[in-house]
Amino acid sequence: MDLGPLVLSAKLALVTSLILIVFGAPLAWWLSQTRSRWQPVVQAIVAMPIVLPPTVLGFYLLVVLGPYGAIGEWWVQVTGETLTFSFAGLVIASCIYSLPFAIQPMQSAFEAVPSKNIEAAWTLGASKLDAFLSVAVPLSFRGFVSAAVLSFAHTLGEFGVVLMVGGNIPGETRVVSIAIFDHVETLNYSAAHRLSLVLVAFAFTSLLAMFVINRRWHRR
Amino acid sequence: MSGIAIKHRVSLGEFTLDVEAAIPDRGITGVFGESGSGKTTLLRCIAGLERSAPHDSVAVHKRRIGYVFQEPQLFAHLNVRKNIEFGMRRNVASGVSVDDVASLLEIGALLDRPTAGLSGGEAQRVSIARVLCQSPRLILMDEPLSALDERRRNDVLPYLDRLHAETSVPIVYVSHNIDEICRLSDHLLILDNGALVAEGELQQVLSRTDLPQLSGRNAGAVLDARKIEYDKAFDLTAFEFSGGRFWAPGFFRSDKVRLRVNASDISLSRAKAESSTILNILPCSIVAIHAENTATDLVKLQLGNDYLIARITRRSTEALGLQAGDKVYAQIKSVTVRR
Repeated sequence: MDLGPLVLSAKLALVTSLILIVFGAPLAWWLSQTRSRWQPVVQAIVAMPIVLPPTVLGFYLLVVLGPYGAIGEWWVQVTGETLTFSFAGLVIASCIYSLPFAIQPMQSAFEAVPSKNIEAAWTLGASKLDAFLSVAVPLSFRGFVSAAVLSFAHTLGEFGVVLMVGGNIPGETRVVSIAIFDHVETLNYSAAHRLSLVLVAFAFTSLLAMFVINRRWHRR
Repeated sequence: MSGIAIKHRVSLGEFTLDVEAAIPDRGITGVFGESGSGKTTLLRCIAGLERSAPHDSVAVHKRRIGYVFQEPQLFAHLNVRKNIEFGMRRNVASGVSVDDVASLLEIGALLDRPTAGLSGGEAQRVSIARVLCQSPRLILMDEPLSALDERRRNDVLPYLDRLHAETSVPIVYVSHNIDEICRLSDHLLILDNGALVAEGELQQVLSRTDLPQLSGRNAGAVLDARKIEYDKAFDLTAFEFSGGRFWAPGFFRSDKVRLRVNASDISLSRAKAESSTILNILPCSIVAIHAENTATDLVKLQLGNDYLIARITRRSTEALGLQAGDKVYAQIKSVTVRR
């Protein structure tokens, strides 16, 4: 079995979910706490990748990340390399593509933290950041598990966006879903089967793990 | 007056809170009022939690103001000890130890337990311990007993008495329950619809007959008294206060007590009844008579330096021709002894 695409996919999914947890948590916290009238607007933007066809998302990303796009051009100046058809470009694309899958579980978990609990932390001498890190985050542990599993699994299954901005460069952008597509195109069904089975098994075990953890946590 | 000056003005839609008062820097200041009178909003303003209040320069976490909420608000991911240490670790040490506070509130046995299994009364005691350990300059308590049933209240109330006796930190205690206020406070603020309608020493404020907030079942006075003797044969205890002495059924351990006399438990007569079943008949003089409603009057009575409030019908006031300055006998049917 060619492990290359599997390893690449796992690496991409890991980096993506880490970035989404670290940078997504403050955004999810803001969405859960703010009374700003912009909240629904931001909420809608965050949710867009769920409903947009991956090709549409991929197309715009290609335009923005390409060497003549706003971000792509800056990237070329700074690193000397193009962002499209590279691993870094895939990470950016995946972060946007999987954003709602990380934000929404964290946001619902944060919403379940009683606001008076946070106020109690403030009156006990915790700054806003301190109260967030030492009360809101640990109490929302379940949300973080869900966010990590869902964004990891969702990134693993990404196809359309990768095809648009990443292409099919072995070791760089040839992720597992692309490899499966390739195998099917070339009628190599047994290779396609092997990779697909790995994905099916992974999807099932990770979701199972998530639900088991959630259930245990709930019982405590 | 020396103390902590508070001045807050905040509008929340239709409701406006506008309070300027001084809180004594010792003892418990009760804040009494109906629900919706702005008691909680006032506490939230003092703590810096009220979002709509004009922005204060001092952040909530730097104020060192302890806040005991209605619900204990313990952190579910930390055990009892870690909850108590939460505030301790974030404030300058002032010699308070977890063990001392735990023994004051009798929660020593709970320290290593998770918070989930605690009863309502235990959890509230832990939350009070947590506040004490943060070495606050001021403690705010927002109806800390209202979420507890009658039995659980008695798991907490005696500890509030103890706290009152032992801490030097001023406490602001919000409640709509006059009995809690009478039992715990030294000083009283009465709020109505966002405004301060009365402020002063507890006895002084409770002896006012002109406040609608202190009519009905809330009408009555408190007396601070001293135990002088116990009549073992009849199981009665005598207490002395500036205006005379009182007998109350039962034995009381503490020497200093607070007596609560409800207005409806007092009747008045011009002459001293010679053969009456009522034990406590005290001579006093009428200070003021105020109509409580169309049927009854509240009469403010002075005995020594203390006051009592009696509720009598307006017909009786007229029949006896009672007016301010008259000498009368107060027949006191029952008293409630606190502490």
